[in-house]
Amino acid sequence: MDIQTLTYVFVSISFALYIGIAIWARAGTTDDFYVAGHQVHPLANGMATAADWMSAASFISMAGLISFMGSDGAMYLMGWTGGYVLLALLLAPYLRKFGQFTVPDFVGERYYSNTARTVAIICALFVSFTYVAGQMRGVGIVFSRFLEVDITLGVLIGMAIVFFYAVLGGMKGITYTQVAQYCVLIFAFMVPAIFISILMTGNPIPQLGFGSELIADQGVYLLDKLDGLSTELGFGKYTSGNKSTFDMICIVAALMVGTAGLPHVIVRFFTVPKVRDARLSAGYALILIAILYTTAPAVASFARLNLINTVSEANYSATPEWFKNWEAIDLIAWRDKNNDGKIQYVAGDAFKGKPIFTSGNGPSGERLLLNVDGGSVNELYIDQDIMVLANPEIAQLPNWVVALVVAGGLAAALSTAAGLLLVISTSIAHDLFKKMLLPSITDKQELLFARIAVGVAVLIAGYFGINPPGFVAQVVAFAFGLAASTFFPVIFMGIFYKRMNKEGAIAGMISGLVFTTSYIIYFKFIDPSANNENHWWFGVSPEGSGTLGMTLNFMVAFTVSSLTAAPPKNVQDLVERIRVPRG
Amino acid sequence: MGDPKQYWKENVGLVVKLLSIWFIVSFGMGILFIDYLNEFQFFGFPFGFWMAQQGSIYVFVALIFFYVVKMNVLDKKFGVQENDVDISVNSVKKDKR
Repeated sequence: MDIQTLTYVFVSISFALYIGIAIWARAGTTDDFYVAGHQVHPLANGMATAADWMSAASFISMAGLISFMGSDGAMYLMGWTGGYVLLALLLAPYLRKFGQFTVPDFVGERYYSNTARTVAIICALFVSFTYVAGQMRGVGIVFSRFLEVDITLGVLIGMAIVFFYAVLGGMKGITYTQVAQYCVLIFAFMVPAIFISILMTGNPIPQLGFGSELIADQGVYLLDKLDGLSTELGFGKYTSGNKSTFDMICIVAALMVGTAGLPHVIVRFFTVPKVRDARLSAGYALILIAILYTTAPAVASFARLNLINTVSEANYSATPEWFKNWEAIDLIAWRDKNNDGKIQYVAGDAFKGKPIFTSGNGPSGERLLLNVDGGSVNELYIDQDIMVLANPEIAQLPNWVVALVVAGGLAAALSTAAGLLLVISTSIAHDLFKKMLLPSITDKQELLFARIAVGVAVLIAGYFGINPPGFVAQVVAFAFGLAASTFFPVIFMGIFYKRMNKEGAIAGMISGLVFTTSYIIYFKFIDPSANNENHWWFGVSPEGSGTLGMTLNFMVAFTVSSLTAAPPKNVQDLVERIRVPRG
Repeated sequence: MGDPKQYWKENVGLVVKLLSIWFIVSFGMGILFIDYLNEFQFFGFPFGFWMAQQGSIYVFVALIFFYVVKMNVLDKKFGVQENDVDISVNSVKKDKR
């Protein structure tokens, strides 16, 4: 069967599975809808958390990013896993003991203030919407490349699926579909990685494979070969970094703390029956995530080596089919600067900006471009996002592997989208309506509100997926920066510092929020030309600004709380209570 | 039930110890001293590169499981482990609805 038929088969089977689970796991009460009735087994919650957390970015983009960044790519690997240590040791067990439904719930109760709750709702909505738009876009791209439907139709299909199981099942439905989605995505990620590892090094374990000797070059380690080729083409050594150490520290810290503060991840730990289950399921979640996260850097180096071997000095007319397929949807571009019909792939920009194609073709049949030349003899533009999707084709794996990767990418995007949509829905139905605007509504009415809120959120997310604001890529850093500079400090102090009062917490959250927002907006939108080391504060890039925001939050919160009255006795008792598992 | 203050003190002590290791493997070995560690070969990897892209993640996993085991012991020692029924703060409220 050809790739397209196989892809349709794999995607249809996986979608049918998700719908079946949704019908089986319908939600009857708000308890079911928000936290799956606190009845999820820790291992199931670990799998669901892993799928919830690993988005289109982890599955599709991360290995590609590392592939082009080399050693510095470690910032994503450490940043997005190290956060689970913070989550397991500092937040998850205590939040489970607190036992409510949402993060704004905790903030509102612990800081005895609806102002604090409102600020938390705003942050939760902002973080979740920015994130979900990216997921929907990922769904659209996968559909358009592999199923050859319009991006819009792709997004609509994705929306329909998520709408179905999120509205019907709420957290309960989402949890069990995420368990299935974890299985699909990890299988889809591992199979090509194992195949490629065997082909290149003979070692079936990719984690060991990228530290082994090459089959094609007996006695030469893969990474040494890659270092050699990269240096030769001017990219610098693959295994050494370029970023400044302090900026690297700030980015990793922002990603770690942001991970621990993301509401759709935290809320997963409300679903397990006990405090000790919350600790354990954080451990399960990280093991399951680590399987992908330790494989990704291996995939990155395999892909890098394969790519260089395939395209460097190759005749354009003789390039494999995948090359032209990706060129057809604007993600690869080539300009024959020296008119030799061969691809010169070296360091530097082939041309300025993203490719803008004309309708014409060049002498070798390539698509012609309008862009101004970059200052380099490099002729090739490759979108980093395609590496994982193109990898099986680059390595000439069988068609069914390609189809499997497509189903995996969709599973990763849909599972994360569903988790985010649920946070949006609970923030509105529970935190805004039930707790603040309409406290008298019944459980049934609240459930209806929650379902409507999911529905509306799906529509908005879909809209952003079809008409992506140009800033989706930039705002992902924003989501982490915001979570790091608002939620993490406020929850952490709420548990570990009994004296923290509402004045301190609100002042801290607002200063973290305002600082991080302004820092990112200034460098990304108002004055992008100043976005470089000379203008950054303390040499910290916008991606790492969450670390600065978090520090500011802590300092402001401590200062303000020490100048104002201690929290009331009942709140101090609440803190005592959440610190012990029993009672 | 043992003294909750002592329980909390031992809990925080454990967390501080584990987070120090967390800091050393990621920020220390994976970032600050990566260039120095890269001078050592670890199988086919420069050691710093391996710590940053592989080793630190394995240590993170180990840290959480160590914490889980230690805390279960600590809970029992102070008699604050949970019964097999749901005893969350919220369970009283839930019954009323």
